[in-house]
Amino acid sequence: MTDSVLTIDSVRKDRGKTTVLDDVSLRVAPGERVALLGHNGAGKSTLIKLILGLTPLTDGQIRVADAKPGSAVARRTTAYLPEAVSFHPALTGREQLRLFARLDGQKADVAGLLDRVGLGDAMDRRIGAYSKGMRQRLGLAQVLLGNPKVALLDEPTSGLDPISRQDLYTIIDELAAGGTAVLIASHALTEVEAQTDRIAILRKGIKVADDTLANLSARAGLPTRLRIRATGEHAEQIAQATGGTRINGAAVEILCPPDRKMEELRRVAAMGDVVADIEMTPPRLEDLYRHYAKEGAQ
Amino acid sequence: MTRFLSIAATEMLILRRNRWLLMATIIMLLFALALTFAGSAPTGSVGVDMLTVSVTSMTTLSVYLAPLLALMISFDAIAGEAERGSLSLLLSYPAGRGEILLGKFAAHLAALAFAMTIGFGSAGAIAAWFGGAGPESLMALARLIGTSILLGAVFLALGYLVSALSRSATAAAGLSAGLWLVFVVLYDLGLLGAVVMDASGDFTRSIFPWLMVANPADAFRVWNISASDGVAMASGMVGAAQALPVWAAPLSLILWPLLAFALARAAFKRVEP
Repeated sequence: MTDSVLTIDSVRKDRGKTTVLDDVSLRVAPGERVALLGHNGAGKSTLIKLILGLTPLTDGQIRVADAKPGSAVARRTTAYLPEAVSFHPALTGREQLRLFARLDGQKADVAGLLDRVGLGDAMDRRIGAYSKGMRQRLGLAQVLLGNPKVALLDEPTSGLDPISRQDLYTIIDELAAGGTAVLIASHALTEVEAQTDRIAILRKGIKVADDTLANLSARAGLPTRLRIRATGEHAEQIAQATGGTRINGAAVEILCPPDRKMEELRRVAAMGDVVADIEMTPPRLEDLYRHYAKEGAQ
Repeated sequence: MTRFLSIAATEMLILRRNRWLLMATIIMLLFALALTFAGSAPTGSVGVDMLTVSVTSMTTLSVYLAPLLALMISFDAIAGEAERGSLSLLLSYPAGRGEILLGKFAAHLAALAFAMTIGFGSAGAIAAWFGGAGPESLMALARLIGTSILLGAVFLALGYLVSALSRSATAAAGLSAGLWLVFVVLYDLGLLGAVVMDASGDFTRSIFPWLMVANPADAFRVWNISASDGVAMASGMVGAAQALPVWAAPLSLILWPLLAFALARAAFKRVEP
């Protein structure tokens, strides 16, 4: 319990008569990367604003490095990257980051940080001339200021090209390796899959899942998809033997639950020559997300 | 303290970078010079030096211009940051909201003071050079600059208030324009109408002067006019100013920035980015 640096306990947030978050609990340990997933309006951004102390709690408790959200200690130890952030267009990247460093109250290698996020050549240009991706990088640079204990990233990859995304996750990994607890709110499911240790899913303000990807898949019991390519005219024969469905002239598709996967594979392998190839697709995060985000919706 | 200073320094940098400082100074200078030369004709007939006439004209100018310039900088201060998404980020740093607002205020007020001092100062210097000046008219010039800065401070703070209450920078700009119109134009028109309607004269004698100094723009005018006989003579506005105790207008103009800033601070506290 004490080893988590960010502790969220039975948090509830009402806006007027609607409940935005209801009984949400979440813990993030130092060095852990947790993805916070949910549809638009599921309460991700509200949860982040509660952690930052920008909006008051209705009920429950949040502790950031053992301090109240919004307190001086909490603010000094928390780094935040808002969704689609923008800065004053008249300032240069270097000037903007220098302001943040001074507000943070620590000596920082401003030029070095800008270099690290790939803004080395653009740091003395005005932010008004930056692309969306460059502004996002500048936002990331200020996250790295002063070795934060908790980093809250709201849709950090929005507007980034694939290479920039890869760079971003490399930096996030370094942050986590340095002991920062990282909470990433995201829509970009496929990236989060490889880049986080744990996944929490919010649905309409309620936490419906919070576990590692492997455990979530096992619990959901989503089928693994086996696609078997037949040699010659044997597709029909395979379909009949396995009970799968033919999807074109030469291939058969089988959906099997996780616990029967190996059994099915052995059976197919025993068929010998008629099988040319097997392609196996485990359930993707998208499927999981859909499963947990819809669970109990009816 | 370093946080306050770094916010003020950054705001100053922005005002210099987007040429606001330069434009405001040029506007002040041009208007002040134009009024000084255009208004130099009645010098002989009223019997005051040219600087006094110049200060009188510039007082009338400043009532309109100081609030306008102040609102032009301040309306964007909170709503603009909120719109860019940088307000939530700024507030996630250790700087308190009061510190942020005070830092912006210090920079904006310094810029305004610079524009006022250069504009009125050089016009005054030219008037003094060509038409003579005495200790009293120099004092009137100093008073004009000081009170213009105070008047600017009032409208800077009112601009922050409007900015904190608005959902967008555009709405804040619209509200600021409305604020300017009410304080600088409509309020006076309303009072004028009330005086005209007042048959018995009780309102005009007892309530009207107080209502007038309750408005910072009018307090500014009354302070500048009543404090200098020369200016009062040149402006022909002696009556209303004499109905009040000497401290009324200065008190109003000194209380207003504090009150407006306190209101802005309270409104900013309630802003959820």
